[in-house]
Amino acid sequence: MELLSFGKTGWGDELFIATFMTLAVSVTAILIGFIFALIFTPLKLSKNKFLNLIANFYTTIIRGVPELLVIYLFFFGGSSAIMFVASIFGYNDYIEINAFLTGAFSIGIISGAYSTEVFRGAIQSIDKGQFEASNVLGFNKYTRFYKIILPQMLRLSIPNLSNVWQITLKDTSLISVTGLVEIMRQSYIAAGSTRDPLLFYSIAAVLYLILTFFSMKIINRMEIKYSRGF
Amino acid sequence: MDLDLILNSFPKLFLASITTLKLLSASMIIGLFIGLFFAILRIKNTNVLGKIAYLYSYIFRGTPLLVQIFIIYYGFGQVEFIRESLLWNILKEPYWCAVIAFALNTGAYTSEILRSAFQTIRPGFIEAGKSLGISNKIIFYKIQIPIAIRQSLPAYGNEIILMLKGTSLASTVTLMDLTGVAKYIISTTFKPIEVFIIAGSIYLFFTFLIHYTIKSLEKKYSF
Repeated sequence: MELLSFGKTGWGDELFIATFMTLAVSVTAILIGFIFALIFTPLKLSKNKFLNLIANFYTTIIRGVPELLVIYLFFFGGSSAIMFVASIFGYNDYIEINAFLTGAFSIGIISGAYSTEVFRGAIQSIDKGQFEASNVLGFNKYTRFYKIILPQMLRLSIPNLSNVWQITLKDTSLISVTGLVEIMRQSYIAAGSTRDPLLFYSIAAVLYLILTFFSMKIINRMEIKYSRGF
Repeated sequence: MDLDLILNSFPKLFLASITTLKLLSASMIIGLFIGLFFAILRIKNTNVLGKIAYLYSYIFRGTPLLVQIFIIYYGFGQVEFIRESLLWNILKEPYWCAVIAFALNTGAYTSEILRSAFQTIRPGFIEAGKSLGISNKIIFYKIQIPIAIRQSLPAYGNEIILMLKGTSLASTVTLMDLTGVAKYIISTTFKPIEVFIIAGSIYLFFTFLIHYTIKSLEKKYSF
C-alpha cells in the first residue's frame, strides 16, 4: 500500500496527475475529432462525387488501419513535416513538437472518422419533411443548418457519440509510445522502477474503468436531458 | 517518395503480415468459444454466474487492450505460483500472451454480440418449435443458435476488423507483426510516409477481404 501513497515515497500523486492527463488528451482529441467530423460530414452527404470520394477516402483509411500505425505516422512524420514547412521560411533548426499535441492530433483524426459516420447517420435519420418545411418557410441554407439540422443532429448522435468517446478514451493509452506521461506511461515507469508490474497495470485498468464508468453516467444524463419532449 | 524503399520493404512487411494473420485467427477462434460460453451463461443464468459473465465483459470492454496485454505479459510473470505451474510454459512466450489477451478481449465483445442476437430472436420461433413437440435442447441447438449466428454476422464482421487492428498491439510485447516491422523500418530509415502507405494498404486489403467475405455470408444465410 505504501507504493500507492501520495508524496515522495509513493506513486499515488503521479498516477492521479496522469489520470488528468489522460482526460485532458481524450477531451482535446474528441474536440479535434468533432472539427474533422464537421468538415467531412457535409462532404460525405454532398451530391458531388469528387467530394464524396475525399470523405470516403478519409473514413475508410482511418477506420481500416490500426491506430498504432497512425500514431507512428504522426509521431515520426509530424516533426519532419513541420521542419519541411519551416525550412521553406528559412528556419533550419531541429523542431520537436509537443507529445501532447501529436497525441491529441493523431487520436483526434481517428475519432474524427468515427464521429463523421455518427453525424452522417444522424442527419440521414432526420425526417425529410423537416428539410422541405424549412425550404417552404424560406430559410436559407445556413440558417437551416444551424437552427434546424444541427440541434437535432446533436441530439440524435449522443448515444453513438458515447461509443466514440469510449473508443477515444481507450485509444489514448496508445499515445504512451510517444512518451506522453498519461496513465499507461506512468504505470510503465512505476512498474519499471518498483518491479511490480502486476500491481501498477492493475491500477491502470482500475483507473480506466473509473473513467469509463463516470463518463457513461454523465452521458446517460445528457441523453435524458436532451431527449425531453421526444 | 522513395520508390526503392517501397520496393525493398514490401516483402518484409508482407512476411510480417503472416504473423498478424496467425495472431488474428488464433485469437478469433479461441475468442469465439469464450464469447459463446459467456453469452450462454448470461442468457441462462440470472444469478451469480450471470453476474460474473457481466463483470467479465464490463471489465474487458472498459479497459484498453494495451493494459490487458501488459498485465498478462509483464504482470503474470511476477506471480510465484504462475511461474512454477505448467501455465508458465505458455505465458513465457510473448506470442501466447498476446493471443490470450486478444482472445479474452474479443471474447467479451463477442459475448455481448451473441447475447443481443439471442435476445432478438422472435419468441414465435421458439413457440413454434415447442408446439411441434421438439425438446428444449434441440430447440436451442437447431433453432436458437443458427438464428443467433445469422443475426450477429454484421456485428461480428466489425469485431473481426477491430481485432485485426488490435493485433497491432502485439508489437508492444516484442512480437514482429506487421506494425512491429513497420515501426522498425520507420525508426531505421526515418521515412514514415512510404512505410505507412505499404503497411496501411496491406491492412486495408485484409479489412476489405473480411468485409466482403462477411457480406457474402450474410447474403447466403439471409432469410
